[in-house]
Amino acid sequence: MQIKKIAELLNAEILCGADRVDSVANSAFACDMMSDVLAFVRDQGVLLTGLCNPQVVRTAVMMDMKCIVFVRGKRPTEEVVRLADESGIVVMATEERMYASCGVLYANGLPGGEIANG
Amino acid sequence: MDKVNFHFEIDGENFTSAGEASVRIKKMLREMGFTPEIIRRVSVAMYEGEINMVIHANGGEADVNVFCDRIEIILADRGPGIPNIDLAMQEGYSTAPDNIRSLGFGAGMGLPNMKRYTDDMKIESEVGKGTTIVMTVNV
Ligand SMILES: Nc1ncnc2c1ncn2[C@@H]1O[C@H](COP(=O)(O)OP(=O)(O)OP(=O)(O)O)[C@@H](O)[C@H]1O
Ligand SMILES: [Mg+2]
Repeated sequence: MQIKKIAELLNAEILCGADRVDSVANSAFACDMMSDVLAFVRDQGVLLTGLCNPQVVRTAVMMDMKCIVFVRGKRPTEEVVRLADESGIVVMATEERMYASCGVLYANGLPGGEIANG
Repeated sequence: MDKVNFHFEIDGENFTSAGEASVRIKKMLREMGFTPEIIRRVSVAMYEGEINMVIHANGGEADVNVFCDRIEIILADRGPGIPNIDLAMQEGYSTAPDNIRSLGFGAGMGLPNMKRYTDDMKIESEVGKGTTIVMTVNV
């Protein structure tokens, strides 16, 4: 799924990386515990989270993810957005809650993908 | 040249910067031409250890030594130490308080992740003195 399609489906505002929204992610992972992301993500390109700190971005960088979706109206600081932009990650924010966000993306064909250590 | 060393002071007072050193190592290893797989394993293991030093040990020092056949990560702190290493190594074991959990850490997955992502991991810890972790990834 193209990243711009994700933004469209979630009615999300793109906060950085608008020039990279044509790139494609094949699966997504949703989590608020960063060590779980580090344990279980394999090739998931998209991280959905309700957390908003710089470690979310650094965790996504570690796993070579392409896109972070901040759910339930969470707004990252400029510093957090800049950090993501520097690493080539697209950041978007949606008012949708976590459950609904995941459901919409899944129903539209973005799967969970394979899980490491699963 | 038999090794290249990267040294970092890990600030224990400032959670905002936690993980910065690992992001920098990731960039440097990329510039050095390592495979994405090796880069991910080294940087994730270091990242977990770096975060642990900030949240559990009030900071410390990190050294990454790049040899021709392996990459070694040494994390040393003067924190409270780990009383029971076997217990700490178990998935899900965490002493992190609620304020740390609300930052996204404290799942008790860090040490198991470090072990899983590296070829060798040794922990030396003394209660009241500190903890030193040496991890190796063969290249
Ligand atoms: N450097 C350290 N100094 C003192 N105690 C530590 C250190 N590293 C880990 N510990 C102890 O070991 C426990 C397990 O560590 P581990 O990294 O697996 O989990 P966590 O940090 O609590 O949670 P997570 O890593 O999932 O965010 C910690 O909760 C803490 O009690
Ligand atoms: Mg940890």
